Amino acid sequence: MAILDDLQLSRREVMATGAAVGVAAAPGMASAAPAEQPTLMKVSFTVNGQRQTLELDTRTTLLDALREHLKLTGSKKGCDHGQCGACTVIVDGRRINSCLSLAVMHEGDEVTTIEGLGGPEKLHPLQAAFVKHDGYQCGYCTPGQICSAKAVLEEIRAGVPSHVTADLTAKVEFSQAELRERMSGNICRCGAYSNIVEAVAEVAGAKA
Amino acid sequence: MRAFSYERAKSPREAAAALAADPAARFIAGGTNLLDLMKLEIETPARLIDVNGLKLDEITPTKDGGLRIGALVRNTDLAADKRVRKDYGVLSRALLAGASGQLRNKATTAGNLLQRTRCPYFYDTNMPCNKRTPGAGCSAIGGFTRTLAVLGASEACIATHPSDMAVALRVLDASVETVGPDGAERSIPIADFHRLPGETPHVETALARGELITAVTLPRPIGGVHAYRKVRDRASYAFALVSVASVIHKDGSGRVALGGVAHKPWRVEAAEAALPRGAKAVSEGLLAGARTTSQNAFKLTLAERAIGAAVTEARG
Ligand SMILES: Cc1cc2nc3c(=O)[nH]c(=O)nc-3n(C[C@H](O)[C@H](O)[C@H](O)COP(=O)(O)OP(=O)(O)OC[C@H]3O[C@@H](n4cnc5c(N)ncnc54)[C@H](O)[C@@H]3O)c2cc1C
Ligand code: SF4
Ligand code: FES
Ligand code: FES
Repeated sequence: MAILDDLQLSRREVMATGAAVGVAAAPGMASAAPAEQPTLMKVSFTVNGQRQTLELDTRTTLLDALREHLKLTGSKKGCDHGQCGACTVIVDGRRINSCLSLAVMHEGDEVTTIEGLGGPEKLHPLQAAFVKHDGYQCGYCTPGQICSAKAVLEEIRAGVPSHVTADLTAKVEFSQAELRERMSGNICRCGAYSNIVEAVAEVAGAKA
Repeated sequence: MRAFSYERAKSPREAAAALAADPAARFIAGGTNLLDLMKLEIETPARLIDVNGLKLDEITPTKDGGLRIGALVRNTDLAADKRVRKDYGVLSRALLAGASGQLRNKATTAGNLLQRTRCPYFYDTNMPCNKRTPGAGCSAIGGFTRTLAVLGASEACIATHPSDMAVALRVLDASVETVGPDGAERSIPIADFHRLPGETPHVETALARGELITAVTLPRPIGGVHAYRKVRDRASYAFALVSVASVIHKDGSGRVALGGVAHKPWRVEAAEAALPRGAKAVSEGLLAGARTTSQNAFKLTLAERAIGAAVTEARG
């Protein structure tokens, strides 16, 4: 159970005020109706192996539930619109953009974030490879890159084809071209792409 | 985002009835388009009905040798299905050319068909748009039109439909299966599913209020060389400027449909007889009646050349 602390309360108030001002200030908006009552709902899911039960405004995305309510700030908010991949987490074994998914839609799901893959005392092989190959500069996109890369390697193993797979009926093999295409949903503003490819390729056991 | 209540649908029919009875309600599937638009307050539902639990996520053979794709099958799973890869390659290719791995893991068959336009003015709530507010006017006409429609547009709207999957379904003659609030089922040919904008660009499909998509069915396989060529501003993770879904047989006959050029996947069956004579011949009929601006006239050349590439590829 997450306990609302002062920081969170003030943050929520600020957000609510911000939203109200936004509505009043928008000129062409259809209705100036008073803000609807938020709906609160309970949801339970597992995050990094730990059962969590939260009571949330239905508008809360999975990303905000993780960051603001569970204080797992590894997953990042870049665009909040599915365009950058910084918020990538793994849900029931599949990578998704947690910014485009409502927390209440994850009842019973198993969520894995970067914190669940490994930490400073025990790095996941991908985390270690990113350090070794300098797979980042500012590091903002990195948690999303690593969660995405982990799922990409599993997708290739499971035989999921991609846009660059030459023969749809043949076995899918790891290659740099496959990796680059499959990672295109993770944007890196610092342009660390070539080092990211080297890091992931090393873990995949292929020559970069 | 406006506040909304949230519930999980219990059966397709109940979901349809609930939606029909409440103008403020919307279905939510993968959420990758609806939530994006709700954050921008372009969509403002007061109630969300989650259809993910309806067990509509299977791909099963039909009795006439085709496939029935559940409305909730994820784009990743549809593209990876062995039968689809073998017999309906154009569909796998179109799906894999769209969005990103993360998005395809969430995006559903029905949600993909119903995704809304990427017209930049539709996304800008400070600008008039007939799709958002019927009668408000169209900011795109006379504005930035590079990505917008060159075929089938109207004085009210020149938006394009952004789905790659829909273009492949059009070339495969798929049908959209639905259930209505009264439990009545119907099947809508994909050709009639998306509408041209006309005077009412906010009415985008043939669906009635409350109608729930339960599946998309594919007729039996037609053989041929399947291809989906998508031309875009970057090599991956971008919407099409122009795309071509094609199924071409050994003798040069076949089918072609275009994406990125109109308010719906663009196919002219009568023009396809000219396909064995090459891209130029087929383009004459397919692109007849095009209306372009200086910014988007390139789409016609691009379409003809992309068809040409598909024809060459099919000849092997
Ligand atoms: C950054 C980005 C890039 C993208 N790039 C591409 C691209 O290149 N090509 C492409 O084709 N697409 C692209 N997309 C769009 C993506 O394919 C769609 O968002 C997705 O397919 C929508 O599916 P969904 O299940 O998430 O739909 P939702 O968002 O859940 O729903 C969309 C609409 O469908 C309705 N709906 C859902 N299910 C049903 C049902 N069973 N019956 C009736 N109505 C229903 C909902 O009420 C809603 O109005 C992109 C999206 C993003 C965010
Ligand atoms: S083209 Fe259509 S969607 Fe774009 S501004 Fe005009 S009416 Fe709106
Ligand atoms: S924050 Fe989710 S994709 Fe950018
Ligand atoms: S390391 Fe800075 S955005 Fe990728």
